[in-house]
Amino acid sequence: MKAPPVAYVKPASLAEVFDALDRYGEDARLLAGGQSLLAALNLRLAPPAVLIDINGLDELAGITLGGGVLRIGALTRHRTVEHSPDIARHAPLIAQAMPHIAHPAIRNRGTFGGSIAFADPAAELPACCVALDASIVVASRHAERRIPAHAFFRGLYETALEPREIVIAGEFPIAQPTLRSAFLELARRHGDYAIAGIAAHARYEDKRFHDVRLAFFGLGPAPRLATGACAALESESYSDTVVRAAQAALEHDLAPEGDLYQTAATKMHLARVLTARAIAKLAAHAESPL
Amino acid sequence: MTAEARERIEIALNVNGSGVRRTVPARQHLVDFLREALGLTGSHLGCEHGVCGACTVRLNGEIVRGCLVLAVQADGGEVQTIEGLAGDAHVGALQHAFHERNAAQCGYCTPGMLIAAAELVGRNPAADRAAIRAHIAGNYCRCTGYHAIVDAIAAVCRERSDARSA
Repeated sequence: MKAPPVAYVKPASLAEVFDALDRYGEDARLLAGGQSLLAALNLRLAPPAVLIDINGLDELAGITLGGGVLRIGALTRHRTVEHSPDIARHAPLIAQAMPHIAHPAIRNRGTFGGSIAFADPAAELPACCVALDASIVVASRHAERRIPAHAFFRGLYETALEPREIVIAGEFPIAQPTLRSAFLELARRHGDYAIAGIAAHARYEDKRFHDVRLAFFGLGPAPRLATGACAALESESYSDTVVRAAQAALEHDLAPEGDLYQTAATKMHLARVLTARAIAKLAAHAESPL
Repeated sequence: MTAEARERIEIALNVNGSGVRRTVPARQHLVDFLREALGLTGSHLGCEHGVCGACTVRLNGEIVRGCLVLAVQADGGEVQTIEGLAGDAHVGALQHAFHERNAAQCGYCTPGMLIAAAELVGRNPAADRAAIRAHIAGNYCRCTGYHAIVDAIAAVCRERSDARSA
C-alpha cells in the first residue's frame, strides 16, 4: 500500500527539532532511518500528520570512546556499528548481534536510536542494552537525562521517553577482557525478527560464572533480564546441573505469549534451548580466549 | 523558528548520472518516484513494507530498500537503479551468470537480487553458499528454492576471488 498524505520537515539542528516538536506536538513523528516507521506508514498502521526528518543532524551520528564509556549516537547506522572496530573490541555482544538485524539494505539506513526508541519486543539492540546495562541518553529542549536500559523499555513499543524528548545516544560500559558475550537468535528466515533470542554476558573464572546477564527478546512485551536464571548460573561451578537449574528458572523469569506461529510452550522451549547454547558458548569462549 | 512542514516539496537529485528536479508529495517513496515520475520501471514493488527487497536500489552508493526511503529524502543525493547499472562490472557479470543458469525464477525479484548480490560480490567475493543465502535472504519473495540464483552468484564470487588470488 501507499503511505497516507503527510507533511515533512527537515530540521538542521537539535533546537529546530524541538521547535518542530513544540509546533506539531503529538501529530508528529521523528523520522530516523525509517526502516520501521515508513513500513508502518505504507501499511497505514501509523497516521502521523507530520514527519520530522532528523537525518540532517550529523552530530547525533558516530561512535565515541571516553570516560570508560562507549557511546553510540542515535543516528549511527546499523552498518556502521556492524563494521566498527571499537564496537568489536569494547562491546563484542553488539558486534555479534548486528548481522542478525534485518538485511544489509536495511542496515544501511536503520539507526541505533530508531531501534531503541521504537522498542520492538523482538529487536536485537534493546536486548543488548539490557544485557550490557547500558544507559539511554535522552534530551529535551532544556535537559538531558540518562535512563538505565532496564527501566527504559517498559512494554510493547513502550518506553520511558516523555513527549518532546528524543533519544540521542546509548552509553555502554567498556567490556573488560574477562567478560564473555554470546548472542543467539532463532528466526524463520535469516534477518527476520526473532522468534526468540538471547543476549548473554558474563565473567567466567575457575569454572564458575559471575556477573551473569541473560537478556531475552521476542519472549515478552519488552526485553527481559532473566534474574532467576542468572542467579542459578552463578550459584555453583559450571556443570550440566547448573545449566538445567538455569533453564528451570526461566519458568519464573519469562512469561511469553503465543503468536500466529508459535505457542507459548514452544517459545519457552526455545528459550531453554537458547540458554543452554549461550552458556556453552560463554564457557567455550573462556576456555579458548581470543 | 523551524521551517513549516509541507506536503509537496521540490527535490533535486542525480539519477543514473543525470540531474533531475521535480516536486514530489512528501508521502511518496523513492521507487514510486522512480517509476511514476521518471518512468524507470526496473525497480519493482513487491510488498512495499521492506520485506521482499524487489525495490532495492543504490542511494549514495549504498543499497537500500526503495520503498523505505522517501523520495524527498533522496534530495541532493545520487540514485542508481538497475537501468543505470548495466555497465557496472559486478552487475554485468551477475546478469550474464543469471542468464547462463536461467536464474530468473518468476523474474520479479531479479533487479533487486542483482543489485543486492553485486554488493556482496564487491564486499566479500570469498562468500560461501551459506553466506550468499544469508545475504540474499532479504530478497526472498514468493518463489522458493533460489538455487540457480545462488549458483549464479557463487560463480561470480568464484571468478572474483580467483582473480584476486591470481
